[in-house]
This record gives sequence, C-alpha cells and structure tokens, in this order.
Amino acid sequence: MAKSSELSLKNRLFLKTYRWRRIDPVPWAPLEKPLAECTVGLVSSAGFVPPGVEAFDETVRGGDSSWRKVSADVDPSTLTDCHRSESFDHKGMEADPDLAFPLTRLRELADAGVIGGVAREHVSLMGSITVTGPLQKQSLPEVAAHFREVGADLVLLVPV
Amino acid sequence: MCNQTVGLTAGAIEAAGVPTVTLALLESIAKAVRPPRALWVPYPHGYPLGAPHDTALQTRILRAALDLAVEHPGPGPVLARWSP
Repeated sequence: MAKSSELSLKNRLFLKTYRWRRIDPVPWAPLEKPLAECTVGLVSSAGFVPPGVEAFDETVRGGDSSWRKVSADVDPSTLTDCHRSESFDHKGMEADPDLAFPLTRLRELADAGVIGGVAREHVSLMGSITVTGPLQKQSLPEVAAHFREVGADLVLLVPV
Repeated sequence: MCNQTVGLTAGAIEAAGVPTVTLALLESIAKAVRPPRALWVPYPHGYPLGAPHDTALQTRILRAALDLAVEHPGPGPVLARWSP
C-alpha cells in the first residue's frame, strides 16, 4: 500500500502544507458504447519516453508539465524512465514498463475482445508536478484534444 | 504528486467529452482532487499495476478499472477500492 510515511522528511513536510487542486465541478462523460467496441487510450505519469524523443527536464522548478506521445506500436521495453522523483522505487517499472504503462496488457485485452482496440497514440507525463498552472493551462487542453483526435472512447490513467 | 497530475488530466479529458478511469495509489489524494472515476489500488508508489511481470494481476486490475466505466451511470466522483 502506498503511504506518505514512505517519503523523506522533507517530502512529508512539503505534503503536509500542500494545497491539493480540487476538480470542481466534476465533469462526467458517459461511456457511449459497449466496452468491447471502445478504443482505449492510456495516460501514464511515469515519465516514460520512447526512443528518439526528448527526455523530460528534471530541472524545471515546479515540475516539467510537458507531455509526450507514445505510439501504440512501441515496444514497451524500449521506453526510458525519465521520472525525476527519488521518493519511490523505480526498479519494478524499469524491469517491466507495463507495471506503470500497461500497453501490452491493453493490447491483450483488445486481442481477447474485452475492449475494441487501443488508441493509435498514448500520452506520457512526468507526474512530479507541484506547480500545476502550466499543466492545466497548456498541456491538459492539448492532451484532451489529442484523445478526441485519435478517437478514444475511454482513457485509462496510471500514476506512479 | 503523480496522483494529482493524473487526476487533473482525467478531469480535463472528461470535460472534453471522453470518459476516464484513473488508478489511485493514495486514497486521500483521490478524495481531495476528485477525478471522475478512480479505482484505489493497495500498492506502493511505483507499482500501480501491482507487481512486475505478473500479467494475470495486471490484467485483473485493468479489467476492474475498465468495468468502473461500464458500471457507474454517474454523476461522479466515483472512488472504488480494489482488493486482490
């Protein structure tokens, strides 16, 4: 189980006073099709970057809020972990990227007919973002438009 | 912070008309941020799908997350708990 007590004293003190952003009102979009006909998109905040794509910048104060497209046909074992946070154990997701970017599992669910298919491009973020203004003003409208463009009927989001 | 980032991302995607399901590692942050549909999973940071190379476990978690989108007519926020 994830616990705040896993974190360093510095991080715990930071989190104690941090004001979490609250979604209000909470939007609601109903699923329009049976799951077996849905194209599913994936967002992971594990900071994975495909080969040849610019890494996330771990020096940006408040966190790098840019995003990367990840093609549906990427080999997950070629993804590079660029997540800057030292407050969690990276070993599992480095050994098996599907642990945090479950693209192979989604492809299997598509092959089994549980979902209709996987979107042609997915989204990678580096989740260690404390200053959320640039994320909310610039990146998130782009990410939302991206999933409409690729015809996603449902998007699954995975934190680390 | 990752839990807040994906929660806010889910909110933006859903506001654009596309349904979302968010895994949550910290229930308290899911309650604070309020993504439309969240499935809390009892795993440590870095292990949202449970365990590396455990394809059966990873698939069960994903199916439970996908089922949330099917089962709940809304409105949100919906916060469910997954147990192995």
